This record gives sequence, C-alpha cells and structure tokens, in this order.
Amino acid sequence: MPAVAQQSTEQIGTLNDASVRTDLIPIFIMGKQYDVPSTLTIQKAFEYAGYQLIRGCGCRGGICGACATVYRLPGTAKINVGLACQTVVQPNMYLTMIPFFPANRAIYDLDDLKPDAQTVLKYYPELAKCMGCNTCTKSCPMEIPVMEYISAALRGDIEQAAEISMSCVMCGICAARCPAELGQYNIAIMCRRITGKHIKPRAEHVREMIERINTGRYEEPLNKLVNSDIETLRKLYVERQMEPHNAPEEWTPDKKDYL
Amino acid sequence: MGYTPDLLELIKQVEKTRQIRVARKKAGEEFPALTLDQRKIRLEKYHPDYRAGALRELKVGPSKGYTVAQEIADQFEAKSRIDPDKINLNEVHYETDVLVIGGGGAGTAAALIAEEAGAKVIIATKLRHGDANTMMAEGGIQAATKSWKDSPYYHYLDVMGGGHFENDPFLVKTMVSEAPKAIGWLESLGCMFNKWPDGKMFTLHGAGTCRKRMHYAGDMTGAEIMRTLRDEARNRIKNIGVLEFAPAVELLLDEKGFCSGAVLYNLETEEYFLVKAKAIVMATGGSGRLHMQKFMTTNHYGATGDGLVIGYRMGIKVRFLHATQYHPTGAVFPEQSEGLLITEKVRGAGANLVNIDGEQFVFEREPRDIESSSIIRECEKVGKGIPVPGQKGKFGVWLDSPMIDMLEGTGTVEREFPAKFILFKRYGIDISKLPMLIYPTLHYQNGGLEYKSDGYTTVPGFFVAGEVGGGVHGANRLMGNSLLDITVFGRLAGESAGKFVKERSDIGKLSVDHVRQYHKELEAAGIVTDRVSPMVLPDYTNLEVKKRQLTTTYVGSLR
Repeated sequence: MPAVAQQSTEQIGTLNDASVRTDLIPIFIMGKQYDVPSTLTIQKAFEYAGYQLIRGCGCRGGICGACATVYRLPGTAKINVGLACQTVVQPNMYLTMIPFFPANRAIYDLDDLKPDAQTVLKYYPELAKCMGCNTCTKSCPMEIPVMEYISAALRGDIEQAAEISMSCVMCGICAARCPAELGQYNIAIMCRRITGKHIKPRAEHVREMIERINTGRYEEPLNKLVNSDIETLRKLYVERQMEPHNAPEEWTPDKKDYL
Repeated sequence: MGYTPDLLELIKQVEKTRQIRVARKKAGEEFPALTLDQRKIRLEKYHPDYRAGALRELKVGPSKGYTVAQEIADQFEAKSRIDPDKINLNEVHYETDVLVIGGGGAGTAAALIAEEAGAKVIIATKLRHGDANTMMAEGGIQAATKSWKDSPYYHYLDVMGGGHFENDPFLVKTMVSEAPKAIGWLESLGCMFNKWPDGKMFTLHGAGTCRKRMHYAGDMTGAEIMRTLRDEARNRIKNIGVLEFAPAVELLLDEKGFCSGAVLYNLETEEYFLVKAKAIVMATGGSGRLHMQKFMTTNHYGATGDGLVIGYRMGIKVRFLHATQYHPTGAVFPEQSEGLLITEKVRGAGANLVNIDGEQFVFEREPRDIESSSIIRECEKVGKGIPVPGQKGKFGVWLDSPMIDMLEGTGTVEREFPAKFILFKRYGIDISKLPMLIYPTLHYQNGGLEYKSDGYTTVPGFFVAGEVGGGVHGANRLMGNSLLDITVFGRLAGESAGKFVKERSDIGKLSVDHVRQYHKELEAAGIVTDRVSPMVLPDYTNLEVKKRQLTTTYVGSLR
C-alpha cells in the first residue's frame, strides 16, 4: 500500500520501496494514490495498479478514442487532456478517464443531405450557439483545431470541416468541455460523410470495373485459376509482371490478356 | 524524451547509406526478392510458427488431431462459462431476426446488409461498437479497380502467392471479384478515400502485390471505414439495436440443430442474458490478445478469440489456425509505444529495413511472414539487430521512413502518415527525419472457422464473416486484404442471414446440449482443468497485486 494520502488537489505523493521496480512514481487515479513505473502510459498504469479495465480501453493504439483522460499537475490549475493509451504518466498527476459522454447525435439519411450550412444547422441547431471560446481546440488530444472545423461547418464549408477533422478519434473530450454543449465529433463525421458522398467526385474507374465484372469478363480466367494445380499457379505467380514502384499512374503492363 | 544518445549515434550508420539507397530506388533498382524456394527455407528456419513447442494437437472437438497454437488450444480445451444444467433456457431476454456477434467492420457491414434485406438486427459486442481491429487497420484496402493495368485475375494470383497457394480458391475468387463493389459501397456511404481532383482514387503497392491497388484514407483507412459503417448503423437505430459490453459466451441451438441464439454476458453487471434469433452472424475477429509465444500484439483489447471458441464448441471445424501472422513492423521504442503497428504503407512508399550497420538485408515488400522471418533472422542469427534501450536481450531493426520524403518530396511523411507522425512527435521523434525502431509483432489470425463464400457453415442459421473465419488468406494474409475481407464477407454473410431469416419458420426448443457434450468429451480426453473460455478480456495486472486479489479467479471479475 502507498502511504495514506489526503485527497487534496495539491497532494504530493510519497514513494514507497515495496516493489522491485526502482522507478516508481506516485500518481493519483481519481484522487487515490498509486505508485507506478515512470515509463508506463496512463492505461498501463491503471493495469499495473490492479484495475481490470472494462470501459476506457479499446485499441490501445491511439485511434479508437475509448480512453479520453483529463489530468492536472501540481502547482497549476490547468486541465490537460490526453488519451490514456498514449500519454506517459508524470509524477503527481491527478487524473480521471472520461470513458463516455452523452453528446447529442442526430439521425439522418445521408442520401437526402445537401452539402450546405442549413443541413448541418437543421440537424445540429446548437451549432449556432458556439461562442468561439476555443476550449474545444485546446482540449483535443489529437491536436485538431476543433473550433476551426466548427466555424467551417457554420459557414457551409463542409469539405473544409471534413478535412480539418479527418484525424478525429471521437474521444469526446471536446464535447465534455464545450460550454455551448455541442457534440463536435458527431457534427464532424456528418460533414465527412457528406463530403465523401456528395462533394468529392465519384471514382468512375471503380464503377467501370464493377461493370466489367458484371459482364462476366473475368469469370472464365478466374475459374481456370481456381482449377489450376499448384505448379501452374506458382509459374503464373512468378511470371506476373510487377508494376514498378515509381511507375506513373497511367502505366500499363505488356500483357493485357486478363485485364 | 526521444531517442537515447546511443541510438542517435547508431542512426548515423543509417544516414550514411541512405543517399545511395534512395538513388538506387529512384533508378528502379530493388533489393533482390527471395525466390519461392528461398522463402520456404526462410520460413521454416525463422518463423515463430515453426518453433518447437509453438503448436499442439487438439484433443477434442470437430478438428481433433489438428495442431494449433498452444494458446488457442488452451482456449479450446476449457470449460464453458455457463453450466448447461443450471441455465434457464425458457427465460429469453431478447428476440430478433439476426443476431450479429461482434461490432467491428465485418459485423457492422453484415448488420447493414441484413437490415436492408428487411431483418431486425441486434449487434452484441464485447466493448463499444467499433472497438475492433478494423478500427486499427491503417494502410489500406486492396481491390483491382483500375482496368488499364489490373484485374481480379492479378489480385487472385497475389492473394494465392501470399498465402503459399494453400488458400481456399473459392473464397479467394469471391473476395477479388467482390472487391471493387466493396470499394464502391464504402464510397457511397461517404468514406473519404484519398483521391485526385477528378475522383480517381490513389492506390499504392503493398507487400506481395504486382499492381498498385491499395486504396487508402491517410494512414487511418480502417478507422475511416469503421466509423462510417458505425455511423450508418446508428442512423438505422429503428432496426439495428446495439448491445455494448455484452460479449457472447455461448451459442444456442434448437432441437433441430439450427443455431438459434446466444448467451450474452454483461461485463458491467455480470448478468447473463439469452438472445433468441433466426440467424446468427459470427464476426468476433481475431485473437492477438492471447499473446502467442508471449509476443506483443497490435490487436485491440478485446481480441481474445471468443467466436472461435464458441463456434468450435458448437461443432464448426477450424483451418489455418496453425498459422499466426506476425506483422514485420511493430514499434519497440519508446517503451510506451511497444507493439504498436507501423503500417506496411511505410514500406509500400519505399522505406527500407536496415540493420545496425545501415545495411539493407531484405526486400521491403516481401509478404509479411517472409519479412518478419527475415527480421528475426537478422537479429537472432546474423546478430546485426539494434539493442532496445532498457530491455536486455531485445533487438530491433530500423525502418527508414526519412527515405520517403527524399523519394516523394518533403512533407510526404507528415501528409501520408498523419496519425503516426503525431504519435511519434509526442515521444519527441520526428519520423520524417529519423528512422523507427521496429520488430515483428503478433498481428493477425490467418485462420479460423470454416465457412463458404456466402458465409454459410455446417450449422444452419450460423454464418461467419471476417477474421474469425479461415481460408481466404491461406497461411499468410497480404496487407490490405483484411479490410477487404471484412467488407466483402461481412456484406455476403449479412445478405445470406437476411435471406435465411425469411425462409426459416420457427425456432424450436432452445438447447445447450452441445456444451454438455463438449464437457463430456473433455473429460473423456482426460483434460482436467479449471480453465474457462472464452477468456473475454486479457489480464495485465502485475503479479504482486494479483497475489492480494483474493476473491478473483482466472480473469478479472469472474467470481
């Protein structure tokens, strides 16, 4: 057991030497002191301390947004943010995870949406309440300028909102901190889907290939491969022509039999 | 933070040879790839699957006598979480047309398509909807969509070659033929693939591909696909219900032998619930969190092979489970990033792998098993690995990402790999200027439950999709074919389940006799164990703490 500590927000932990690891530092998980190795992420520190995580743990690789964490360090009032799986512990950090936040999410039919500001405002009228405080941007663990994409959505620049928000992991810290009660990440994904579906030109080569497949063009060559013995396959495999790494997009192979 | 002075000193060796390696690449000269025979030898000598004691023969179940990884055998040779004599099968808590088990890419795709066929759907998932390996797939999704240089024919050859020609040819044919449709479908749902202004999609090489057919959305292709599918499912809340933190721990049959539902375990309240359904789509994904041979893994927290276990117990055979995929490039430094996936797209974009002397020792686009075996060889046999600071006896090799900016122009690394760039920046490492230290990491379950192209299995009403199934990748999956697998076979299983529901009349009396039988078989095989499976969650509590956790047994909260 670590030394019994007062649950003060200015508590500085006391080290104990009970473990084999010599690099233990005190952290305060929801106000309670645990001594953990200094190189661990917050997530691994929870586990080291004995927690079996159910909530607050997903990909463990910084992309799923399950482990939103807020923390404070001694001597300052500043609330810092991070993903527990990506943030290394610091001595005396005072932390909690926010594994869920009940942000508003609209239900919509993507086919019906027009790529403009009215659409976003119709489904998310609270967007107009944004007061430009920039807390969302300051609280994004992915360093996304959240307020910029909110402004873009408000202006009707859906594509820009989509592009700025591309690396959003939907952890929800922005929504948790927003005084105007926006669910920024839900607004962002609507903008991205509108962009992907209605703004960016469609990939016609994909449709062309689907057409070709539907005409049955590859059916016979593929069936031949399905019925080939290993030796034939190995030979065909070894002989297949490689598109060079630095080949231009328009590159075509010498043999066009099975295109 | 950042690299230690020792590592910075060693990086100078990489920098010394970089100019020449870049010049060679620009001239179209590649490090010689191994021949098929050389590949075979490399695998047998250095791949972890071939280590003594890696595999063991199954003593029970439908694939009795087949050898699989020890860790999977442990899960198979264990008792159910439920007592067949105590569970009340008359008390059904949920009823639906289609029960999808697993809320990842395959499961969600299946749910969407089944819903379109008119079915009411419940998705039961262990963690949150979308907490899945799909979310973590980075590099891209393969499909032959460019008819002037590529076709399903060439895609087929690549898939078979990658899998050592052992793949199920019918599954492969289906996957490569359906691939362009999968891309078109994802685009129509609003997935933002990287494109030229005219809408043409960017495509890159992956290891083992003869044409550039890797479509991508930055270095977070899987996340883009997953969050889009999930968003669409949420829009259809009227017909698609989602039960989170509710993994399935056993399947239910009816007296006719049709799969008819599942037992769910609410992780938070520790209650067990029964779901009755006319069709079940099994899409629980892989098993990296079983940590084969104690390897670190890139898999998400819930990847414990639950679907394999309960599907096997119900009588579904398994195949290709003897082959585990080790991704060549998992981060080994800094410690907090250990096991983290560095997408193969980095090598697809031209980055070499080099040893402690800055020498290239393998072609960077060999199939994954060959690439991993070559890295292990370089560290263990050749002895030119780079010691990992603070971790005695551990070695890695350099993945020379700065080459990419030299090949494609300054800023390419940051633009093409935004997620990894930010992540390493947090650790004080600029990967556009410094190489990454990597080592193979447990990545993918090549094999799994047997199923057919339309998702059907030997048990009526039971369909399989995605990583939990085995056959399409043979003994080794190529990059970009897992996102493809989950999309294609997720859709097909959803379609089949939707149809099956319409044709199935009634569900008979529910039964867990198969569990009772399985327990008897364990006993008859002389397997005495207190193991229960599925494992549900891995346990990373430190041993000192564990000693004091007097009221828990085996895992976490199992009482």
